[in-house]
Amino acid sequence: MSGAVGREPVFPTRQSLGLMKSKLKGAETGHSLLKRKSEALTKCRAEITRRIDEAKRKMGRVMQIAAFSLAEVSYAVGGDIGYQVQESAKQARFRVRAKQENVSGVFLPQFESYTQDGVNDFALTGLGKGGQQIQRCRETYARAVETLVELASLQTAFLILDEVIKVVNRRDINSELDELDREEFYRLKKVSGKKQRDTAAADAEILAARKKAEAEEAAQAASGVVAEEPKAAESEAADILGEQEDNDVIF
Amino acid sequence: MASAATYKDRQLLAVIGDEDSVTGLLLAGIGHVTEGADAQRNFLVVDSKTETSQIEQAFQNFTQERKDIAVLLINQHIAERIRHSVDSFADPFPAVLEIPSKDHPYDPEKDSVLKRVRRLFGE
Repeated sequence: MSGAVGREPVFPTRQSLGLMKSKLKGAETGHSLLKRKSEALTKCRAEITRRIDEAKRKMGRVMQIAAFSLAEVSYAVGGDIGYQVQESAKQARFRVRAKQENVSGVFLPQFESYTQDGVNDFALTGLGKGGQQIQRCRETYARAVETLVELASLQTAFLILDEVIKVVNRRDINSELDELDREEFYRLKKVSGKKQRDTAAADAEILAARKKAEAEEAAQAASGVVAEEPKAAESEAADILGEQEDNDVIF
Repeated sequence: MASAATYKDRQLLAVIGDEDSVTGLLLAGIGHVTEGADAQRNFLVVDSKTETSQIEQAFQNFTQERKDIAVLLINQHIAERIRHSVDSFADPFPAVLEIPSKDHPYDPEKDSVLKRVRRLFGE
């Protein structure tokens, strides 16, 4: 809460005591739940971060091995096979599918790699020579890509989790601010209602004053020809008063 | 939040890399060319003659326009050339992954995700 300033104006009755108590209990329960969720997610994120770090290191090694096996291929084939490979790639054999994992109410996607059966774009690659090396290279690279996919799903999970943690940590503050907003609005409505009532009262007063003045005027007219000046000044003064009252209502 | 529809159709991997990296990954079987008149490849070979704008365009194509790509692999030294786009891309899908290449060893200092991890721990 925001200290002594934000103390709730409560009318001291037993009923409102009960109300306030249940309100407090609800707020505490909600807060502890959110806190537990936030802690669980933070723990999960730390775990994922650690695994990302590990996987990145592993990726470095795996890619190195894969690059080496490709070098073996170009040595065995005796030339560049890059162009041939690029031209013969048609259908992806290596694909991923995403499935969901639930961590404290947050759905984290996880990529799972699988190979499409019956698709082989490179049946003719290395037919002349180096077929064995190419086969080995393909296996090495397939393993490397599996590592990469694993890393990618960790990375995605991290990004989503990070976002969710931010939202959860922010949510209790936000809901409190909303509550304050509602209270403030209610207060303003009350204030404006009071102002309107006051204005109405003031108007009635002015009206009464005018009537009185008119009555006096009539009396004066009856009594004789007395100066009209003071009476005009008086009504003007009353008008100015009225205007000021109106300005006050705007806030 | 990522709803199921946003990544259910994402099955493919894409790659932007130098010739060796692309060749190796294609051998693993990730290469895909869409059918039809406007055949689109899911890989781009970058060499010293490739314009940066072309890399940029491929990156945008793989990350924004195509909805069937789950993971985008990009060589780190190429990611370095379009560092701004890579760093400002923050969506969970597709996952952008910086990979080492044969001539350029992996430098964790430059990785956009690791940078974010490090910022998180206030280092």
